[in-house]
Amino acid sequence: MRVSPRTTERVAVGVLWVLASITFSVLAFILTYVLVHGLPHVTWTFLTRGPASMGREGGVLPMIVGTFLVAGLAVLIAAPIGVATAVYLTEYTREGRLTATIRFGADCLAGVPSIIFGLFGFVFFAITLKMGLSVLSGSLTLALMVLPTIIRTSEEAIRSVPYAFRDVSYGLGGTRWQTVTHVVLRSALPGISTGIVLSLGRSISETAAVMLTAGSALRLPRSLFDSTRTLALHFYILSREGISMPNAYATASVLIVAILALNLFAYWLMRRFVAKVGR
Amino acid sequence: MRQDRLIGGVLRLVALSAISGLALITVFIFKEGLPIILRVGVFEFFLSSDWDPSLGHFGILSMIGGSVVVTAGATLIGVVFSLGLAIVLTQFSPPGLASALKPAVELLAGIPSVVYGFVGVVTLVPLIRYCFGGPGLSVLAGSIVLGIMILPTITSISIDAIQAVPRSYFEGSIALGATRWQTVTMVQLKAARTGIVAAVILGMGRAIGETMAVIMVAGNALELPHSLLDPVRTLTSNIALEMGYASGDHRQALFATGVTLFVIITLLNIAALAVSRRRTGKTAV
Amino acid sequence: MIKAKFVFRGLGVTLVALASSVGCERASRHSVGLLGSTSIQPFAEVLAEQYMKKSPGQFVEVQGGGSTAGLQGAANGLADIGMCSRALTAQESSQFAQILIARDGLAVVVNLENPIVGLSLEQLRDVFAGRTTNWMEVGGRDGPIRPITREEGSGTRESFVRLVMKKERISRRAMTQESNGAVRELVKGDPATIGYMSLGLVGKELRAVVVGGAAPTVENVLAARYALVRPLLFVTRGAANPAAQAFVDFVLSTDGQKLLETEGLVRAE
Repeated sequence: MRVSPRTTERVAVGVLWVLASITFSVLAFILTYVLVHGLPHVTWTFLTRGPASMGREGGVLPMIVGTFLVAGLAVLIAAPIGVATAVYLTEYTREGRLTATIRFGADCLAGVPSIIFGLFGFVFFAITLKMGLSVLSGSLTLALMVLPTIIRTSEEAIRSVPYAFRDVSYGLGGTRWQTVTHVVLRSALPGISTGIVLSLGRSISETAAVMLTAGSALRLPRSLFDSTRTLALHFYILSREGISMPNAYATASVLIVAILALNLFAYWLMRRFVAKVGR
Repeated sequence: MRQDRLIGGVLRLVALSAISGLALITVFIFKEGLPIILRVGVFEFFLSSDWDPSLGHFGILSMIGGSVVVTAGATLIGVVFSLGLAIVLTQFSPPGLASALKPAVELLAGIPSVVYGFVGVVTLVPLIRYCFGGPGLSVLAGSIVLGIMILPTITSISIDAIQAVPRSYFEGSIALGATRWQTVTMVQLKAARTGIVAAVILGMGRAIGETMAVIMVAGNALELPHSLLDPVRTLTSNIALEMGYASGDHRQALFATGVTLFVIITLLNIAALAVSRRRTGKTAV
Repeated sequence: MIKAKFVFRGLGVTLVALASSVGCERASRHSVGLLGSTSIQPFAEVLAEQYMKKSPGQFVEVQGGGSTAGLQGAANGLADIGMCSRALTAQESSQFAQILIARDGLAVVVNLENPIVGLSLEQLRDVFAGRTTNWMEVGGRDGPIRPITREEGSGTRESFVRLVMKKERISRRAMTQESNGAVRELVKGDPATIGYMSLGLVGKELRAVVVGGAAPTVENVLAARYALVRPLLFVTRGAANPAAQAFVDFVLSTDGQKLLETEGLVRAE
């Protein structure tokens, strides 16, 4: 019995819609579940006080500061180095075996599980370099983790700038550095910024690598050598140990809202630059 | 010109430091991990499921099996649902919906894995225990949670791949009398094939590398799972569970596990590269 | 476009300013770092809070990671004091100075829905070795037994192995959880499970079974009737530094010991 193509299409599209709805409902469910349980507990005190009694009461101010420090420093370190490396690889060297190998290496490292960076950071930064469990160990580890991604995304962004742009600049008598800064980087900025913002998001959410490099201290870090606990780790500990479910959900909600804000910021950036550059 | 040279020199310095720093990590991991693989014996390390650090037994077969099974399950779930979503959004919805919803999908990629894991523990694990029996902490739970986590990745890249197919392919097919569904399967998906495969491979890489969510929902038992409902331990979970206190041989064995993961990721990347090379080789479908 | 560049620069400068204003010196003068046993961790936190209230200006940080991690932390300088919830081996005793801060019962816990009231040591051993697989075999309802264990470096696990398993290995089918709290949450939710954890942390949502005829209470631990007891130790490499010693003194003082007793531990004697 031959089924008509129309029927096949109807059935197939029906199945697809079911799949798509399931997908969306599940993702929406996860978000709503956490936010509904958590947002009511996110009070001003929660955001500005420290924890008491292992996190059963009190707030998450030290965790917010800790997350900010660890993730912020990581990206602050990795971004300039990564973009500079990308610029060097694309504008100052010729395309060849070496650059292809470096690109492949960066791709591999970008995909290496974060726990391996954590293992490296723990043994190298915390123990061998005697930095201990600290903000410094954590952010250096995370910086290494996101560096390959920033190099690759910046490189892709720079390479997608049309050669014509560069030719015009050189034709007008610009030096290489002037071309790079005024023409290439300006056009590639949307892509580069997205890569950096995504890396920031990844650093904020990272738990495994932070657990054993920055530690899990509850107090406000008073120096870069102090241990600290990030929001994601705090959520993990609170929920795993059953210490305080309301606080756990509230911590997760703060995290999710922060990441949402970050992503929106990324899109705002993209929009602005696309408008300015007119592409 | 002098300034240009100077700046070029600075950039070269920075770039070389960055690259050598990253290379250093690779070398470090291999230097710590390879010796123990050789000392324990390649067969013993990879093919024995006897992992007992206190007795000096380092066989990671159970964990390899765990990672493989959970990743396979996650990829299956991820591909089916992502592709479905991507196709629906690009082909069978109002125009522009795909581009509008992409940010939302990408937002979900940023949610911490521990949140997925926790929701899984609280909702999915009891559900599995109730419906199917077993402890709930299982291969099934791990696959589902991981599958959900890699959905955004595969979906957004697939959407890009499908949207990159020239409109003329679509119009040509419809003009020849094909239905939209036939056009999708026989023309567009084929044309977007390499992009979609790249997306799937990227998703797989994410799934293999995930640690926290898996620790929370997979049970972490040392035995190779016999069924979907058995608890399981993956390579990444093993490192995370034992990293804090391992020393000497034990720590090196964990680095060796890291080497294993590194090699797997590199193989996946080579596969992705091969797939995309195929694309640049051909210009027509 | 220029605006956004300035935004980035501004953020960067703020961050650097924040980081450097927070100070770059090794702040070890006033802070004592404890690292190790997840069993001791909650108690150490409570002690730390009390201590910091009594002696303002002193800071105490407590982190988990497991007893063996605590020993190593003390050895390689990651922490001032390692927390260890098992007896040290002969070799370890020669490497570290140990201070007994309390004793803790090791509770075997089951879900409240589980009718089992007590088990013998042999039965426990059989269950965790994987030989006994159905609750009916030990007097419960028909159903599979799901043993839960801790990770390898856990002092709780080491103590359990030493006290119950003797020379036997824990079943490879046992599910591994990485802290007392995780064990508690799991047993709380699944009636088929059985696990072991610190007696002081059991709480009201689980049942601690009678082992070998003795009920798991603090009195029985004190009277040596309950067999599963392990030492809670603070461990240092050599002598503790003055700040750490001050904290240890507080923990061993009447106030400190009283605090631990209220929390469910047994005083060090």
